[in-house]
This record gives sequence, C-alpha cells and structure tokens, in this order.
Amino acid sequence: MAVLVDEKTRVVVHGITGKEGGFHARQCINYGTKVVAGVTPGKGGTLWEGVPVFDTLSRAVRETAANTSLIFVPAPFAADSILEAIEEEVPLIVCITEGIPARDMLQVKAALKCSNSRLIGPNCPGVISPNKAKVGIMPGVIFQEGAVGVISRSGTLTYEIVDHLTRMGLGQSTCVGIGGDPIVGSSFADILQLFAKDPQTRGVVLIGEIGGSAEEEAAGLVKEGYPKPVAAFIAGQSAPAGKRMGHAGAIISGGRGTALEKMRALEEAGIAVAKTPESVAELVRGALS
Amino acid sequence: MNIHEYQAKEILRNYGIKTPRGKTVATPQGAVEAALDLGGEGWVLKAQIHAGGRGKGGGIRKAGSLQEVEKQASSLLGKKLVTPQTGPEGKLVRKLLVEEQISIQAELYAGVILDRSSGQAVLLASGSGGMEIEALAWERPEAICRQSLEPWGELPAHRARRVCFELGVPNEVRPRLQGALQALCRAFYQEDCTLAEINPLVVTTSGEVLALDAKMNLDENAAFRHPAWADLRDPEEEDPVELEAARYGLSYVKLNGTIGCMVNGAGLAMATMDVIKGMGEEPANFLDVGGGVNEEAVAQAFRILMSEPKVKVVLVNIFGGIVRGDVIAKGITSAASKMEVRVPLVVRLAGTHAREGKEILQSSGLRIQVADTMREAAQIAVALGRS
Repeated sequence: MAVLVDEKTRVVVHGITGKEGGFHARQCINYGTKVVAGVTPGKGGTLWEGVPVFDTLSRAVRETAANTSLIFVPAPFAADSILEAIEEEVPLIVCITEGIPARDMLQVKAALKCSNSRLIGPNCPGVISPNKAKVGIMPGVIFQEGAVGVISRSGTLTYEIVDHLTRMGLGQSTCVGIGGDPIVGSSFADILQLFAKDPQTRGVVLIGEIGGSAEEEAAGLVKEGYPKPVAAFIAGQSAPAGKRMGHAGAIISGGRGTALEKMRALEEAGIAVAKTPESVAELVRGALS
Repeated sequence: MNIHEYQAKEILRNYGIKTPRGKTVATPQGAVEAALDLGGEGWVLKAQIHAGGRGKGGGIRKAGSLQEVEKQASSLLGKKLVTPQTGPEGKLVRKLLVEEQISIQAELYAGVILDRSSGQAVLLASGSGGMEIEALAWERPEAICRQSLEPWGELPAHRARRVCFELGVPNEVRPRLQGALQALCRAFYQEDCTLAEINPLVVTTSGEVLALDAKMNLDENAAFRHPAWADLRDPEEEDPVELEAARYGLSYVKLNGTIGCMVNGAGLAMATMDVIKGMGEEPANFLDVGGGVNEEAVAQAFRILMSEPKVKVVLVNIFGGIVRGDVIAKGITSAASKMEVRVPLVVRLAGTHAREGKEILQSSGLRIQVADTMREAAQIAVALGRS
C-alpha cells in the first residue's frame, strides 16, 4: 500500500529542462518512478531524454494521463505552477521550490480549499515510497521498504533519521517532507490521517522543528485517539527566540513555537519524544516490537 | 526583513492611514529644528531601532520645550538602548523620529498576521492598545477580535465594520477606523508583509484615527517584486557577519558558544546544535550551507567561522544526498590549505560518497578528526573545546 505515491504514480515534472529539474527527474527515473511528461513553456513538442515535453500542463495531462505534478519552477513563478496544477485537477502536487512569497501561498491555499488536489510542500524534499516511487530530491539509497511512516518539515534531518531507521532494519512505508515554509499545502495532521488508514504503516515518526503550531495540532489529533504508535523529534531546542533558523517557518515569535512547548504537547498526547535524532529509531523499535 | 517605524509609517500614509506629523533626525540640533518646524508645545522623541519594547527601555521621551527636546535627543542619540527585545548589549540609536504630541481619547491595537494553520492573513484588533499582542492573546484571548482577509488581500467592509462594533468605538469615529483597518490590510498584502502592526492605533480627542506607532516585517522571499526595498534596508541594524553570509547563500545566525558549526540543511543544523547543547556545551552559531552546496560555499562558510574569535573548535556535519561527500571534503581541504586554521576541525560525513570524502580528509595532512556519526562528532568537538 503506502500513501500518496506508488507504482501507479505518473509524474509530470514542471521545469524538466532546467538544471535542477532535469537532474532530479533523471534521479527519479533511475529510482524506478514513472516520469511520463515534462512541462516547459516554449519547448513543447521536444523530447527531454526520451520524455515528451509540453508547453502547457493541460496538454501534458491530457496526452500522458499524468496524475502527479513535481514542481521545480523558480520561486517567483512556482505558485503559478501550483495554481495551474490545481486547475488541471492533478490529484497530487509536490512542490520542491524554496523561497515562494507567503502572499502567493495565501492564494494557493484558497484555491486548494475549492479543489480535490493535495499539495505537499513547498520548500520540501518531496515524497518517497521505498521500492515503489520517488517523487522528490531525497537520496533513494538510504530508504528501505517497511512499516514506518515518516512526516517531516526538514530535508537532511529526515535523511539522518531515516538512515538510523534503515540501519536498524526499520523500513519505511512512505516518507513525506511537508516543507519548511510558514504556509504549506499539507500539515502533520493531514498526513497522519493518511497513515492511519494505510495497512502497510504500523507506526509513524514526526520530525518537527521550532515555529508555528503544526506539531501541537498533530498532538491534538493523536490525543483524540490514533490507531498506531507515534514517535517524534523536534529540532531547535537550542535555538534563540526571534531568529529565523534557515527555514522561513523556523522562528520562535512572541515567545511561541518553542521546541520545549511542542515536545510537551506531543508527550501529553502519548507520543514518544526523542531527545536526540539517533534515539528516534530506538523509540520506534520499542513501540513496534 | 525589518524596517524602522518611520519607514513603516511612510508606507501606511501611502495607503491613506494618518499618522502624527513628524521628522526623522540624526542630531540633537536636527531634533530642535524638527520641533520648531512641527510647531506646537509638546513633542515626542522616538528612538529608531529594529527592536520592540522601546517604551519600556526608555527609548520614547516626551519634551515640553525646545531645551528639553535638545536634552532628550542628546541623551538618546549615539547611546545604546536596552529594551526587553534587544538583549543586554542593547542597540545603538542613530536616528530619532520627532513627532507632534497627540491628545488621546482611546488606544486600540490593530495588526495583520499570517495565520500559519489556516493559511490565511488575519486581522487582529483589540481595545487594549499599547499592550503586547502576544501577552494579550495569552492572558485574555477573548479581548482580541479576529477577521480573515480575502485571498487577494481585501478586508470586506462588513468584516471591518464588525470589528469596529466589537471594539465599541463611537458612531462618529467608526467610518475612519473602518477605513484605517481596511487600509492596513491592503498595505499588508500589497507590500508583502509577514506582519503589519499599529500599536497603538489611537482615537484623538478630536475624533481622528492615527497610527501612533507602526511595525512592519517584509517577506524577504518577495524582494524580487519590490526593488524599492533596497533603500529600506538598514545594514547598520543587522549583524555584519549574518549579512555577509547571506551574500553567499549561507544562512547564518550568531550565538554565544564556542563550538562553530557547519551543516547542510536547516533541520540538521538545529539538531546538531541541540546535540552539542545536550552535552553541556554551547554552539557558536547556526550555519546552514544549503542543499546545493559547492566548494566555493564551503570555503566561504569556513572563512566566516574562522573569523569568529570565540570559536574554539569547528564541527562539520554533512549528510550527503545530492551533495557528495568527496566534493565537501575537497572544499574543506582546499579552503583550509589557503588560510591559517587556528582551531581543530571535526568532520562527520554521511550519505553519498562519504567514504571517498573521508579518505580525502584523512590524507590531507590537515588537523582534521573524522567521525562516523553525529553523536561521535559532537563528543569529539565538545572534548576538544574543553581542552
């Protein structure tokens, strides 16, 4: 099973002829993902490494039955690409782009509300269901198929924790990078609900960080009764207030959004909270054994 | 990106929001001239720094005579102002905003924020002006009325009107307050703010609605559509090292410890700091070299870390994904060979081409300790930092 992406995933890459888009499209194909189309306005009708390129997403979807958008478009234009994908009713949209203005995301969120599309990201590493499909930029080799669902606001920290999981023989069902921006398409709580219904997933790891209240909302959901064990790690216990820590969304503002208050909320919901990244895997093993 | 009060007020005036008349000055003499120019019998001198809590820190002074204007200006300009938000080291006051004194009937709060969980911009308003909104939200959440903006940045008239009624302003003031609230929302949206706040928004004794203070944070990600922002930026208010790092695409935050950190990815960088702190030591900085780090960025990051005298040891933690370990190792060795490396270096490489990277480091002849895990690297760095 797994969630969001699997063997049936047919990817259209927005910005496939760009440097980044091209590099990662190739990596996704090498992993075994079905990349069926690319979109680059002005290059329609050409082939990119054997993949047909279209001027518009509309045409790409019509001719290739793509069901997943993977967006590498530069930040000033990325929100428009997301809106285009929503308009074409693409069921899953994964946006890797970092640096999209928050104002543009307000419009995207409003459009998502009136649609059946789901957005993952922006400013995220994407989604991978090991051995099935990789729709993102993560290094495929560290992942292993298994029963742990992973949801994270960060990139390399996810690789760190997944690496520990894999080394301990704890494979993953799907790993979802929800993104480090203040406004993202899907929250921890949204993806938790998907994992709850996924038969392959037996436990879930949340990798959060300072800023906002997405972790607290996830804690609220789990507290109401969640069918699977959940473990978590929160980055930024040593972060100062009022400073943006790399990610646009990683900032303690007005004294709120600290790692400590998030850890407390998660613990109160019965979630096992790890003090260090490497102890996450041990908590998961304990919960699943 | 933060801007000064006088700049935020200028923007608000462009949207039709009234403010007290005022002038920005840099000398006591200038303050006196400004007061003469503004006329009247009372003035307010406000320190222009990028930090809140100025009232509590003594950065806002009243003056009833020109002599007093000069005296107060002299005691503020060129001095460090310490407020609850500046930290104990304070901030140097370089400019003052001199304004006419206003007689106030009521103080309100109005601010527009990004509500992260709903993905909407939201207007917050309250009859308790002057108070910090975070404190108010915590102590008396019912005292704040919230209205969401349309996705295109408008606050519909009926929502603005509702806020006015909830705040209980007199009928004759209501149209002016309603207009000010709608204008604030428009300014927030069109100027790409992440926060636009008027605290207090006052009703004067003559029934005018004025922004007595103003605070705006601008979304750096939207700078490409606001060429004028280059002039709003005040580099004197920012940390010079952080500014320099930003020029190379590095995300750097200065901290107080002795262990310099260089990490790829924001989450891993924070986690590395946390592990150091968990071992009883303090990181000297947060430094995310980014996902697509190359040799050049590694070299610049290195130089920045070495320029910090407090740093006793440098910890490099890289989880290679797309970034390859051997590229990082080459960046480190080439940077280290071109400068005097006065502190020991601990490097942890994992992921893509980590083994090749480690070999390059070990055969470089540099004083580099190679670790296999983040924990091991932190342990070595902490021990070296203490020795």
